[in-house]
Amino acid sequence: MNHATPSQPPEMTYAIESKGLTKRFGNSIAVNQLDLAIPKGCIYGFLGPNGCGKSTTIRLLTGLLVPSEGEVSILGAPLAGHEESLKNRIGYMTQKFSLYDNLTVRENLNFVGAIYGFSGRRKKARIEELLSLYDLEQQAKQFAGSMSGGQKQRLALACATLHSPELLFLDEPTSAVDPENRREFWERLFDLSSTGTTILVSTHYMDEAERCHALAIMEQGHKRADGSPQMLMDTMPAAVVEIRGDQLRQLKQRLTEQKQILSAAQIGSNLRILVKKDVTDPLAFIQQFSADREIALTRPSLEDVFVTSTGGRHVG
Amino acid sequence: MWVRILAVFIKELKQLSRDRMTFGMIVMIPLVQLMLFGYAINTDARHIPVGLVDLSQTAESRALEQAVTATQSVNFVARYRSIKDAETALTRGDIKAFLYLPPDMTRRLFGHPRYDAKQTDSPLTRPVGQWIVDGSDTVIASTIRALRDMPLNEIADHNTVRPTASFAVVQYYNPEQRTVVNIVPGLVAVILTMTMILFTSAAIVREHEQGNMEFLITTPVSPMELMIGKIAPYILVGLVQVAIILSMGHWVFSVPIQGGLLSLLSGAILFIFASLTLGLVISTIVKTQLQAMQLTIFILLPSILLSGFMFPYDAMPVPAQWIAEALPVTHFMRMIRAIVLRDANIVLLGKDALWLGLFAIGGLIVASLRFKKKLE
Repeated sequence: MNHATPSQPPEMTYAIESKGLTKRFGNSIAVNQLDLAIPKGCIYGFLGPNGCGKSTTIRLLTGLLVPSEGEVSILGAPLAGHEESLKNRIGYMTQKFSLYDNLTVRENLNFVGAIYGFSGRRKKARIEELLSLYDLEQQAKQFAGSMSGGQKQRLALACATLHSPELLFLDEPTSAVDPENRREFWERLFDLSSTGTTILVSTHYMDEAERCHALAIMEQGHKRADGSPQMLMDTMPAAVVEIRGDQLRQLKQRLTEQKQILSAAQIGSNLRILVKKDVTDPLAFIQQFSADREIALTRPSLEDVFVTSTGGRHVG
Repeated sequence: MWVRILAVFIKELKQLSRDRMTFGMIVMIPLVQLMLFGYAINTDARHIPVGLVDLSQTAESRALEQAVTATQSVNFVARYRSIKDAETALTRGDIKAFLYLPPDMTRRLFGHPRYDAKQTDSPLTRPVGQWIVDGSDTVIASTIRALRDMPLNEIADHNTVRPTASFAVVQYYNPEQRTVVNIVPGLVAVILTMTMILFTSAAIVREHEQGNMEFLITTPVSPMELMIGKIAPYILVGLVQVAIILSMGHWVFSVPIQGGLLSLLSGAILFIFASLTLGLVISTIVKTQLQAMQLTIFILLPSILLSGFMFPYDAMPVPAQWIAEALPVTHFMRMIRAIVLRDANIVLLGKDALWLGLFAIGGLIVASLRFKKKLE
């Protein structure tokens, strides 16, 4: 059911819109005044440490939790009051494996298919399609509980997308998966995206966040930054300086005491330093502390953006 | 709607059949309980261990001892020289009672009208002996009390005419007065209460604990579809248990099954349905499987004690009867005993059947309303 009228085309371009979305649990605020505008068809990432409110936000957007304040529109319809009709149009892959361990892969798919109103030949055809798409044909008769992390995750994605949802929520989908399977998994996500599915994915991996079309960096329930990875890196309010040399630990100690330095982190034999943008010549500034080492400006990474935007937090 | 109910039903049935422990319990609980209750529980006490303090030491006192033993109510397991010794043994718990025969017991006996019909009751007539009983156990005390008016003429060789009884008693439905006849149908009610509530009280909360619920509530499945699909497999389980208890009761304990199968089946289904929805309501209240277990026991104890399974319903104080009326098991206890032992049909028991039906539907509605497709 689509409740948006054709006279409001701009609204239709957003799959998810929220204004002032807030969730309190007792005295603690899990999500604080979150404004989101996620366009249709993109892969949007929530990047943040554990406990920053990523899962709570996803649960608010899927209607599993009721917001304390704020409004949410999903696929052009206000979420409040339309939770049930929206359930046929959204898919949700939970952080913890939420299918039945003592059912086989095919039985799990059959169950989910029937719940979404598939039956007979249509259900069988869709399940075969998913089994081959997610490379689960060999495991069709295996109990879900006995599968590897990667297989479980593919089954969960197959179940979440069985009814071809327009909007897919993935809550830390790759936390129990090896890099090889993660790569494969993201290929599938881009397949889904190319067919027009909007995907919201939460993660605490930088490399995953970098694959997203756009992302929000979250910390303690606040959105600290929002935009495409490239834009976030370009507009980062800090310069990145790399130092190469010896005795980096002591140098790091001295640098982090300076208020112009946002962060200093050792990466191999390099020290990566984030210098505030208001320092006009970052190289010269660093030079005062470290005379006889190789110093160079370098391109910011998403991790630098993350460190910069989650202010007050020094990594290293 | 039916597609989704069927999907939940098949899923539950498959999960149940793969849970070997639970599957075993479905069969073992009725079997073990039936054997325990059938063989061990006996409300008429017999062969109570007692002592004897015989200060008379005559042929008559020995004859009296034999006559008392012949009633099978008591076994004389020890003799004591004095009342003091016997009292110590009573305190220790070696014996539950002892019979004191005074030195002049023979003279008392000869002057007793029960011994010699020619004698008449006079102020000089004295009891021939005295029972000292551990009265804390009321069943034992009442058994010994029944010996108070024991006939004494069997000790004498001459037969006296027995007085005619005030009432004639004809015992319908259980002429041999075997406890097991009343226990077996009652056991159907108790075991169904136990297993049905236990299985479903964990049903919803288990999905929460294992993380399945978070996915399930983002699907279009409705609470009512989920509830019906979840309890449906257990109706089959319940009927299997009814069949096990009644057939074993019939073959092992020769309990007669008088009633019609149709009445039995419809009564059982109504009760199973009511118990399952009670379990579902519990499941929507509790947060963990452990709490579900505790709440089930909270319901189970009054179900066993107040339903009329152990103690007659009519003998209970009125407030206890109100509580009993609220429990589905009380109604089913009446129905199943009536159907199995007295060949009553379901129409005759309409009131109880109607109540079970209303309870089941009410429970289902409450459970569906309480179940929110939310995580809070």
